[in-house]
Amino acid sequence: MTRSMTGARMVVQALKDQGVEVVFGYPGGAVLPIYDEIFQQNDIRHILVRHEQGAVHMAEGYARSTGKPGVALVTSGPGATNAVTGLTDALMDSIPIIVLTGQVPTFMIGTDGFQEADTVGITRPCTKMNWLVKDTARLAETIHQAFHVATHGRPGPVLVDIPKDVQFATADYTPAQKARTDYYAPRVKGDIDAITRMVEMLETAERPLFYTGGGVINSGKAASQLLREFADATGFPVTSTLMGLGAYPASGKGWIGMLGMHGLYEANLAMHGCDLMINVGARFDDRITGRVTDFSPKSKKVHIDIDPSSINKVIRVDVPIIGDVGHVLEDALKIWKARGRKVNKAGLAKWWAQIEEWRRVNCLAYAPSDKTIKPQYALQRLEVLTKGRDRYITTEVGQHQMWAAQYLGFDEPNRWMTSGGLGTMGYGLPASIGVQVAHPDALVINVAGEASWLMNMQEMGTAMQFRAPVKQFILNNERLGMVRQWQELLHGERYSSSWSESLPDFVKLAEAFGCKGIKVSDPKDLDDAIAEMLAYDGPVIFDCLVEKHENCFPMIPSGKPHNEMLLSADASAFKSGAVLV
Amino acid sequence: MSALNIKKGSTSHSAYDLRDSHSQVEESHTLAVIVENEPGVLARVIGLFSGRGYNIDSLTVAEVDHTGHRSRITIVTRGTPSVIDQIEAQLSRMVPVHAVHDLTAEGPSVQRELALIKVAGKGEARIEALRLCEIFRAKVVDSTLESFVFEMTGTPEKIDAFADLLRPLGLKEIARTGVAALSRGA
Repeated sequence: MTRSMTGARMVVQALKDQGVEVVFGYPGGAVLPIYDEIFQQNDIRHILVRHEQGAVHMAEGYARSTGKPGVALVTSGPGATNAVTGLTDALMDSIPIIVLTGQVPTFMIGTDGFQEADTVGITRPCTKMNWLVKDTARLAETIHQAFHVATHGRPGPVLVDIPKDVQFATADYTPAQKARTDYYAPRVKGDIDAITRMVEMLETAERPLFYTGGGVINSGKAASQLLREFADATGFPVTSTLMGLGAYPASGKGWIGMLGMHGLYEANLAMHGCDLMINVGARFDDRITGRVTDFSPKSKKVHIDIDPSSINKVIRVDVPIIGDVGHVLEDALKIWKARGRKVNKAGLAKWWAQIEEWRRVNCLAYAPSDKTIKPQYALQRLEVLTKGRDRYITTEVGQHQMWAAQYLGFDEPNRWMTSGGLGTMGYGLPASIGVQVAHPDALVINVAGEASWLMNMQEMGTAMQFRAPVKQFILNNERLGMVRQWQELLHGERYSSSWSESLPDFVKLAEAFGCKGIKVSDPKDLDDAIAEMLAYDGPVIFDCLVEKHENCFPMIPSGKPHNEMLLSADASAFKSGAVLV
Repeated sequence: MSALNIKKGSTSHSAYDLRDSHSQVEESHTLAVIVENEPGVLARVIGLFSGRGYNIDSLTVAEVDHTGHRSRITIVTRGTPSVIDQIEAQLSRMVPVHAVHDLTAEGPSVQRELALIKVAGKGEARIEALRLCEIFRAKVVDSTLESFVFEMTGTPEKIDAFADLLRPLGLKEIARTGVAALSRGA
């Protein structure tokens, strides 16, 4: 039976059919018919944001923490252009989101109409796919296709641009199961010969290493489970990118910590020294590889990735396996078991002894203080005081983000939401709201720097209106910390525009929003302050005044290989590039 | 160049990858990209090339299947072997792209381009231009007492050669379609 309805109703019906429970959005002239339909139903909840960028980051936070696609709805022109940063962020980090934009009526397109922008043109390079729907009869099918494309293959953001006259016009509704989606069917099963080759290699490897990334989390909970089983059964060490934290538990016996520019000493040296690298759903990002010509010179490399264009893009690999991480790990585990569960035990024992030796360097050590709060200390206390709780962490971008990755442990996937590829300051606050909306009873903390946090602080209004009790844990150094660090180490200590004056009083700001503000500056008061934050039933802005000139270590300077890592700020050694560790 | 530097049949998809993947030597490759003919698809493909810093030496596009709405985009590009592989992979993963064929790597292919060339002149130059037209098997498609428009189909190199010879004879304007290419054999 076909059902005839307006385009606006089709949008809402299609979202319902796709199982959407919540939409993050902001109304405007070109989407009013859709908002009118939203008003007349109760199945889909609408979260009114304060800026469209916030809507997209919330959709991202929702998607990353649930594994389901997030949905944002914005108007034409400025609504769409404000969504661009979030779309690019989602593209870089492979996050499935659907952004619906209003557009001027079809007969006005091209006339420079009020709030007209070439939305599909502007967003073409920052979406996985986008569509301008000019015919109401095609609208429902296009939305179903958008969900299919966003969630299949390597996930990513998609956008559907809907002119206002298409929303008003009437046509037959196309149900989800009738929508044509067969044209986009990326391969999920890996090549068995290649998987067997990988198994052969891991049976004899002396210094093997799993290098895991966001692809494990995107593949779903089963993939994380299989990774754990595989790593634990083989006894191989596991390191992860920033995006992959939580896929293998931080408390797991194979865990050697995050790698990369601010990764752990033992993890980076293991990458440099391994003889078999098994890349599981990571993409050899430049923050991971450092100088590519010196990247892990002695290893054979296996790369499991669902995106064929990730293979050999940056690093040439010996065994490429194109497929979904979950499927490939499942096949690999079966083959490895069937062949007798062989590993090179003697080699592995020596390898672990070497890793333990590196671990004893204790690269995360820092000079403690009883006068000022060290940012590392604040995160260590946050970790201790939230242990055992159903905890979700989002971050902004900068030093605090790296410290959070270093000092907080993640035992489950989907609990760590951070802007990795694009490095979007202003991501964390809206993302935390998206996470909280998806998990109303969970503890959601945004670890922030004051500079990043200010970029989207208007979203505190959203948190208040929709009773999202997000905790904004701001490590306030009154500096653009990471910029300042690079200026200290690489630009002759000339601190060009890297400090903030006239910062707001965050406690008063919290009061102005109607939430709770807590300020702490003495290390002795920190535990009580954190306890107060956790106990408060509502949003909190936690202003933690920390050491202003702390640097984030370890650090691999841009363009250096993994074995030229800095463990402290010896500026002279830094300049000569001679710190070989 | 070693004896192993064989291009034919040596893509990363064949059983034997005989190309030196680390080679920094740029090669010219002709790619046939079969796409869904929908609004913006050409912009999407071109945007990929400009956004990722790849070269386009020649590009042609037309719908080749009117019922199935399939278009064929023929792109001549340059790059090191790893860049060419990357271009192919980046194109292949685009949602409206159905297939990508590296005609240079997959075996012998025929490549043709059509050009319209206007030559203006009188007397001996005009006669010489007409003589060259016969030698190159071009056709006269427009003629006035002071000009010709020649139509010529051939490889890009042949068109270049023809145009070079016509230049001193009063070449006024040239319009070229870009390369269309098909693999040889069944």
